[in-house]
Amino acid sequence: MGMTIAEKIFSRHCGRPVRAGELVVAEVDFMMGQDGTSPLAIQAFRELGGERVCDAARVAMVIDHSAPSPLEGVSNLHAMMREFAGEQGLFLYDVGWGVCHCLLPEQGHVVPGDLVIGADSHTTTYGAINVFSTGVGSTDLAAAMLSGKLWFKVPETLRLELRGTLAPGVYSKDIALFLAGELTADGATYLAVEYGGEAISSLSVEARFTIANMAVEMGAKAGLMQADEKVLQWVSRRAARRPAPADPDPDASYRGVLEYDLGGLTPQVALPHRVDNVKPVEEVEGTPIQEAVIGTCTNGRLEDLEEAARILAGRRASPEVRLIVAPASRQVLMEAMEKGIAQRLVEAGAALVTPGCGPCVGTHNGVPADGEAVISTANRNFKGRMGNANAHIYLASPATVAASAVAGKITDPRRML
Amino acid sequence: MAGNGILRGRAHVFGDDVNTDYIISGKYKFRTLDVEELARHCMEDVDPGFSERVRPGDFIVAGGNFGCGSSREQAPLVIKHAGVSAVLARSFARIFFRNAINKGLPAVECDTSGIRAGDELEVDLARGKVKNVTRGYTLEIVPLPAVMMDILAEGGLTDYLRKHGGFKL
Repeated sequence: MGMTIAEKIFSRHCGRPVRAGELVVAEVDFMMGQDGTSPLAIQAFRELGGERVCDAARVAMVIDHSAPSPLEGVSNLHAMMREFAGEQGLFLYDVGWGVCHCLLPEQGHVVPGDLVIGADSHTTTYGAINVFSTGVGSTDLAAAMLSGKLWFKVPETLRLELRGTLAPGVYSKDIALFLAGELTADGATYLAVEYGGEAISSLSVEARFTIANMAVEMGAKAGLMQADEKVLQWVSRRAARRPAPADPDPDASYRGVLEYDLGGLTPQVALPHRVDNVKPVEEVEGTPIQEAVIGTCTNGRLEDLEEAARILAGRRASPEVRLIVAPASRQVLMEAMEKGIAQRLVEAGAALVTPGCGPCVGTHNGVPADGEAVISTANRNFKGRMGNANAHIYLASPATVAASAVAGKITDPRRML
Repeated sequence: MAGNGILRGRAHVFGDDVNTDYIISGKYKFRTLDVEELARHCMEDVDPGFSERVRPGDFIVAGGNFGCGSSREQAPLVIKHAGVSAVLARSFARIFFRNAINKGLPAVECDTSGIRAGDELEVDLARGKVKNVTRGYTLEIVPLPAVMMDILAEGGLTDYLRKHGGFKL
């Protein structure tokens, strides 16, 4: 019987063939914490009697969730991270570097075939480049920093065959939202999801990250794709380590296989306050909005800013709308400047903020007022997510958010292509 | 926990998909590691006043996918510090489930549909039973893997690792 991507990656990291359902202790290739989770991990590391991390070259800490710090309490936690990173010699990505999930692949820390943990739920993102990467808590991160290992249950896999190619004005975010709506918020709990088919292979690597990023919104432990030629080229330009791609065997055993034809997919929107409350944009067009956010680990990459800028070229955000753009990394921001994208966004009225998570997690950079509606390219629209439980958050693609910012109400981006 | 290992308390009932932002909002968790301060905000966006009403030993009872959302370990931590002795849910989101066990908070998967707010419950983890004293019936618990029972028995992952020096599967 053949193996899934998850079973292959775990088998290599356990030194023996392992199957879904087995409990294993596996060697972790890379581990990461952000500023909401690293301080507790450092505390747990000390409580465990830890003095040195197992291998500083395999650990990164990223200050992205509240960067730069808006409060003294946050500043003190950031200082704790800097001190620990300096003492241990591990990678520290300080204020301005960007969002952890953009940085790890961009800076070449993760390659196909890796087993990676991150103390952040959206660690599933690197599944787009064939990395088994999953979110854990701070104490698990501490245990892995100490020993280089962690225990796992090898998950069963749900295979999604995605047929067709996307129509103009429809993007990978629309696929991610559509799937969240179809499978629901716990449709893949405890499972790895494998995405395949020409709707995936025809996408750029950047666009694929958006889909793997949102695997966790269906409860998944990982969201895995194959490392095709596009992925291998993308990775070889960034990483020094050799990839070890894990392809699923044709006779692999799956919990289930679902097929969708996405050729007719239209732009999708998730309505408050659930990520799986998804409707085609036609059904919510006209809903007034007061804030529009473009960025985050889901949609803050260069292509995302480029799509938004294309819609905004020669147009301006409505005076009724605050348009906030947070590039996902410094490198994204620099490329956006070189290509004139940043200029176009700012000319259209965007407030460009520091690369980081900012508005998405409600820490700063765009907390909405009571009763306001926000349309965002983020991955979560829970009540209170952006820092105010009396606001309403809609999720959509960068193109839909840009078009909505111009019109002052939720708008089908195909009207502005 | 009582001497015989049985947890006793009243039920506080929530619905499906209670996410970690509802358990402890991101606007608080980034600014402090002071769990007592964070625990005052436990559940405040979905059940204002929860942290004042909850009594030591009480249970959070929920539907499916409890703890979905972020990986914040502060979520089980604030629930524990609010005085809750266990969370009972039809199902859990996996990161929350793992974090709860790692912090020594029992996360009990069982059919919660018959439990109403205020019901008196007894949870016997060792025997795998939940008794609804108010309504007079007993439920079976979906058993935890041995490694998780061992971590829970030590009061959490930190104490488990200090004792065993590594993972024993």
